[in-house]
Amino acid sequence: MASKEITRIMATDCGSTTTKAILIEKKDGEYRLIRRGEAPTTVEAPAEDVTKGVLNAVGEIEDLEGRKFLKPGEEGVQVSPDSSDGVDIYMSTSSAGGGLQMTVAGVVKTMTGESAQRAALGAGAIVMDVVASNDGRLPHEKVADIRRLRPDMVLLSGGIDGGTIDHVVELAEIIKAADPKPRFGVGYKLPVIYAGNKDAREAVKNELGGQVELKIVDNLRPVLEKENLGPARDIIHELFMEHVMAQAPGYPKLMKWAGHYVDGQWTQVPIMPTPGAVGKLIETVAKNEGIEVMGVDIGGATTDVFSVFNVGEQETIFNRTVSANLGMSYSVSNVLASTGFDNVMRWVPFHMDEADLRNRIRNKMIRPTTIPQLLKELIVEQAIAREALRLALVQHKELATGLKGVAQERTIGDAFEQTQTGGTHVNMMTLDLLIGSGGVLSHAPRRSQAALMLIDSFLPEGVTMLAVDSIFMMPQLGVLSEVHPQAATEVFDKDCLIRLGTCVAPSGENRKASVLAEVSYTAPDGSTVELPVQRGDMKVMPLGVGQKVEAVIRPAKNLDVGAGPGSEWRGMLEGGVVGIIFDGRGRQPFALPEDDGRRIEKLQEWSMAMDIYPERFISLKEGE
Amino acid sequence: MAFAYTPGLRVADRTMVRKERRLPLSGETLVKEGDTVTAETVVARTELPGNVQMLNISNILGLPPGDIPELLHVEEGAEIGEGQILGQSKGLFGLFKNTVRSPIRGVFESYNRITGQAVLREPPIPVEIDAYLRGTVTGVLRNEGVIVESVATFVQGIFGIGGETRGELKTLTSGPDQELTEDLIDESCRDRILLGGSFVSFATLNKAIRNGVRAIIVGGFDDKDLKEFLGYDLGVAITGHEKKGITLILTEGFGRMDMARETFELLRSREGMLASVNGATQIRAGVMRPEVVIPVEGEESERSSEKQAGAMDIGSRVRCIRAPYFGRLGTVAALPAELQVLDSEARVRVLDVKFEDGKTVTVPRANVELIEE
Repeated sequence: MASKEITRIMATDCGSTTTKAILIEKKDGEYRLIRRGEAPTTVEAPAEDVTKGVLNAVGEIEDLEGRKFLKPGEEGVQVSPDSSDGVDIYMSTSSAGGGLQMTVAGVVKTMTGESAQRAALGAGAIVMDVVASNDGRLPHEKVADIRRLRPDMVLLSGGIDGGTIDHVVELAEIIKAADPKPRFGVGYKLPVIYAGNKDAREAVKNELGGQVELKIVDNLRPVLEKENLGPARDIIHELFMEHVMAQAPGYPKLMKWAGHYVDGQWTQVPIMPTPGAVGKLIETVAKNEGIEVMGVDIGGATTDVFSVFNVGEQETIFNRTVSANLGMSYSVSNVLASTGFDNVMRWVPFHMDEADLRNRIRNKMIRPTTIPQLLKELIVEQAIAREALRLALVQHKELATGLKGVAQERTIGDAFEQTQTGGTHVNMMTLDLLIGSGGVLSHAPRRSQAALMLIDSFLPEGVTMLAVDSIFMMPQLGVLSEVHPQAATEVFDKDCLIRLGTCVAPSGENRKASVLAEVSYTAPDGSTVELPVQRGDMKVMPLGVGQKVEAVIRPAKNLDVGAGPGSEWRGMLEGGVVGIIFDGRGRQPFALPEDDGRRIEKLQEWSMAMDIYPERFISLKEGE
Repeated sequence: MAFAYTPGLRVADRTMVRKERRLPLSGETLVKEGDTVTAETVVARTELPGNVQMLNISNILGLPPGDIPELLHVEEGAEIGEGQILGQSKGLFGLFKNTVRSPIRGVFESYNRITGQAVLREPPIPVEIDAYLRGTVTGVLRNEGVIVESVATFVQGIFGIGGETRGELKTLTSGPDQELTEDLIDESCRDRILLGGSFVSFATLNKAIRNGVRAIIVGGFDDKDLKEFLGYDLGVAITGHEKKGITLILTEGFGRMDMARETFELLRSREGMLASVNGATQIRAGVMRPEVVIPVEGEESERSSEKQAGAMDIGSRVRCIRAPYFGRLGTVAALPAELQVLDSEARVRVLDVKFEDGKTVTVPRANVELIEE
């Protein structure tokens, strides 16, 4: 536990593109963010030492603060035992070097394969491949794929306890034949975790022991009806620190730097994978406030989606997915390839030549650290971001599901409500809070841009609070919450989370109604607001951060805002830096006008209603 | 403090190039430390296991899996021919026998008494790797491959497609700003590696393939052409495995872009020499860029110029790497410390660049790369 005298905290997050440092201090009895600095990440050539980027980012804080936080000779962050100089604690998260890249294996792709995938994702890994006995590939193709992808670690599962042994051994054979070499470091063995049928342990040991660094933990799917992901996740964290991070350029040094003095003794603080830290924070928020939360972190190479939803009366379920190839720099071309030119262009409020757009996107991919200088380029990047976010949500819905292959007991009452096993936990109607993070959202020049990107891509239904991570510091706060929960909570509430406002979006099928809902509330100045949510319109009503109004929303027939189709909703609407956003564009279905001219007209209208761009964007044309 | 820097592309006149030549599976190495090799010398060899076919013998013979072993005509590990009888049921009074024949030539690898499946493996696929460049073997990775070193001219591109190839270098354009057009390609380009200027089109690329050109090094290429050329939209930038009959290396980027003069002149000075090139690119952690390696005689020189991270001062030569000034060269005129608002309304660190025509513009620091000379 942290000692009480911690008053100055330095935390860094080494991302794939940028290293971010934040300085937190306790002032007037509360912890607040004081300063932020950033620098390019230096895990690649020519520097090939992650600590250089850390020194540069902390150095920027030194420059801006006019104080010293680095040791003389730049030998690390100055952590003092007695609060005399530097800071009281230094910690870091990392996704640099591509984060933790794993291949997982299971017997049946949708059962143990999927459970293994969830275990790895929950631990903060990127799952590059799911190898399964029934994945349709021939054995030699599996061998070739494992070898080509060079995972940092392999998680082998398969078989419930007492179930198949043969198939598990077959998978072990494939891993053995592949003999993949780690990306960093030549002199160490690849870590392989076995978390499958306990009866197959000996056979797996015979197959793989000696050739790889084999760790055996409890079965992650001991019976069909239950997952036991904890032991596998813990060992992934442990191996990440011991093997993967220790091999990455500069990390052994960084690991030594991170820590603080407890009772005069130097104590290290482990470096956490960035997504693991963000997930931790999202879970904490959902738990503390008793609400359903989704978070999305869009990075240069990957997009992570986190969710906490209620299942049943008492239980909540946390899920995390990584879309390993959806991002705004390294992976930007893949967004275009996955969604297609038309899907990106549907968000752009002017005409553009396809060849021109393609070259722009490719050049961003090959020079990933550049930023849009022109308004037109910003608009295009934000259009791509919408598609990256949308696709990441689709993937999250597919994996954030109940267990598949489980026999369900049905009573006569269920006969009319047949649900399949493995349905998604994601419910955009019951969702309370949607948090966006990552450069394109956190650093959008106007906060309203982030709000509209979140709405367009996630299509929240009913009443949903939108927020962004102000300066992209959720990773640092996630790791801080492990060491000093109070500081993490205070900074999260006051400096990190920017509440954008509530989005109200009626959902459901009703082709006739021109007014989707009638809203009434008393504004803070005492005036009564009666507002129709017109079909196809967007409207923003100003209501500041922390302000709340008691509202009544009466949806049209068949439409739902949270109380059921056609039912009146009563509750509090909370404001934010943007205000309350009334979205009459429809949900389930949501569609943009098919006619190009009409679509551009509507996009411009909504952009104006949300005040997302300076007015001159309307005159932007092709070729500028 | 926080400098913008390039992806660290190297352009070196004479440098020591070290290549690890590894087999995909363990096998045997054919050369020893100290051996001199040419690019074509086979340095290691192995056999990849053949494809596997599963055959459910129990189902075919209509008998329980446990009854099959005594009916098999072959033993585990035995070589088998296509059409060879693998097993036969006893039938009724010696009649109505069911037979199972091998669909492939290869090895009868195993039979599983529980599932009734037999595993048949096709013959192994031989794999050889060559030295890739002329040089000396400086290390042997036991059963895995070798390390080959050579003093060479070394140029990294920004993006490429196609794998390793080699050939004599031939310059086709008069300068780095001229497009490599169809009419410049003829029969004399066969088996050559062509140095072009600013751009190559899809049509020119196809003509080059028809004329047996091994590789093209050029400034820019259109992404639309890339899609047409590959036949699919490239998602993640992991390339090198394409089998299109040519290797393409871009030194600058997508669109029409003059090749950096320094790169062009260096390669032109190696006219007629044997070059090894590889288009393989991986833009992710552990970044891999395409390369041109031209082994040269003599010692490594100190005169290798590298564009890489370094302090940026007033007067430093830079190149803009993003619109609206993409590709333009200039010198740093000012490095204001305070953040400035761009046309996009973003507040970022900037610098002023003075172009060769005397015009000075403000650009984000992230949008330039330093050119060290």
